[in-house]
Amino acid sequence: MLDIALWISIALFAASLVLNVFRLAIGPDLPDRILAVDTMYVNSIALIVLFGIQLNSKSYFEAALLIAMLGFVSTVAVCKYLLRGDIIE
Amino acid sequence: MPTWFYPVLEGVIAFFLVAGGLFAFIGSLGLTHLKDFYMRLHGPSKTTTLGVGCVLMASMIYFRATTGHFSFQEMLVSIFLFITAPVTAHLLSKAALHQKLVADSRTRNVPERLEVAEEPDEVNAESSESRLP
Repeated sequence: MLDIALWISIALFAASLVLNVFRLAIGPDLPDRILAVDTMYVNSIALIVLFGIQLNSKSYFEAALLIAMLGFVSTVAVCKYLLRGDIIE
Repeated sequence: MPTWFYPVLEGVIAFFLVAGGLFAFIGSLGLTHLKDFYMRLHGPSKTTTLGVGCVLMASMIYFRATTGHFSFQEMLVSIFLFITAPVTAHLLSKAALHQKLVADSRTRNVPERLEVAEEPDEVNAESSESRLP
């Protein structure tokens, strides 16, 4: 049961990554693309956690935590650039 | 832990995995499908965060059941995501309001300074045609 649920979950997250890439390609404005990239960060965190469950290894959570922090910092930096025209004032 | 408890735990983990996948897929579907940016912001900022939270909960239960001791990394990742998702959504909406993105006509509570897109409405088209002699 766990194998089937794991594959269903991996397939759903991969499909949502494909949808995010679609929005990243056709997004009419810049905040749409930033939102798509931020959602891709979150979905890839979930995919890495699912990969760790499938391989039965706990050494992937540091990568997940690193991706979460880098995604947050980069999204805030790009939003700050859009708002003020400068990142560090 | 008694032996009969493991199938129950497996069912709980499978439920959390499938629910998380469904939540994330619905959020990304909203990101792709909705009309303007102010509607699109709702999908990823709420639903995808909940989906990843479900997956991290499943991972926490799984590694607690297999290795026997509680692992704190998943809790750390989920707390970090649940804190940073509203901050990101707030900054993105501020950036969108600053850039004066065009709002759809069905978006409610649009500020005065924003431009609202005109919809190709069949009702208005028919009424304008019927006004012709």
